[in-house]
Amino acid sequence: MAKRDIPEINAGSMADIAFLLLIFFLVTTTMNSDTGISRKLPERQPENIDPPVLKEKNVFIVMLNRTGEILVEGDTYMTVDQIKDEAIKFLDNGGGNGKDGNPCDYCKGKKDPTSSDHPNKAIISLGSARGTDYGKYIAVQNELVAAYNELRDKASEAKYGVSFKKLKEASEESDISKSKKESLKEKIKTIKEMYPMILSEQEPVK
Amino acid sequence: MSKFNKKKKDMPAVNTASLPDIVFMLLFFFMVTTTMRETDLKIKPPVLPEATEVKKLKQKNLVSFIYVGKSLKDGVKGDRIQLNDKISTVKDIKNFILDKRESVSQNEVNRLITSIKADVDSEVGTIYDIKEKLRDINALKINYSATQVDRK
Repeated sequence: MAKRDIPEINAGSMADIAFLLLIFFLVTTTMNSDTGISRKLPERQPENIDPPVLKEKNVFIVMLNRTGEILVEGDTYMTVDQIKDEAIKFLDNGGGNGKDGNPCDYCKGKKDPTSSDHPNKAIISLGSARGTDYGKYIAVQNELVAAYNELRDKASEAKYGVSFKKLKEASEESDISKSKKESLKEKIKTIKEMYPMILSEQEPVK
Repeated sequence: MSKFNKKKKDMPAVNTASLPDIVFMLLFFFMVTTTMRETDLKIKPPVLPEATEVKKLKQKNLVSFIYVGKSLKDGVKGDRIQLNDKISTVKDIKNFILDKRESVSQNEVNRLITSIKADVDSEVGTIYDIKEKLRDINALKINYSATQVDRK
């Protein structure tokens, strides 16, 4: 049997083909990953239900008008970077008893009786005008979420030695055992119950 | 004189055999790190607000996007809402979300997230109208799209 030489396939155009594919992917795809502030909207309540009665001292009202001025608790004007500290002061006050009737034993606030009773009773209410710039609205909301996150981080740091953020990141990892995941979830739940995020967005006024 | 005869030496051609490998490597890099462009924007590309407390949206197939921004034509006032590839009104949001629910499996329905990609200059009122429509059909998980920045 005579062996016939098989001619080698010319691979010179391979690069061209690959370049073509490369350019196709460069054009049709995007790189940006989607990030944002996650929130949960409140469920619709039946019309005839009575809204719960709240003590005024347990509600922290932030108002945002159409020119972007921020009014806190109806009497002080603030800039965006002041809001976080003010919100933390309010949330971490612990001036009274919580929902279960016990005082807040982990709060580091001033225990001022005229401010919020307990983190699980403290409500932050964010109001705005319809014409407010969305960017400003998000900036304020970001600060309020940051206040909750900071408190949770501190609480978790004191309780478990790691920040809340790290706890969350660890629980989302895929290569950990099931029991470890459960215990992490349990910890996250505990911290969330210590500082529940009760952030209400009001209907904007005209 | 022959000493000064310049003998042209043939330069060896650069070996391009590994060029395809290099290009393929680049190709795979881009295929892995990028995602398909889903929609063409019919509004001015929204300038997203900046925030520090952001979360990453992991499962893209569970996210429906609502774009809010200015009209492409200059001088047209008011915010435009875009769903899929069309300029829409808030009334269309209901069907938009219901369509999305149909497209995923039953047990993933309650994990659907609506991402609102709104321009910093849009009005809070428009966003509120969208949120109300989402509440009407119990699509409660939302995400205000924002770019991540570090706290100063």
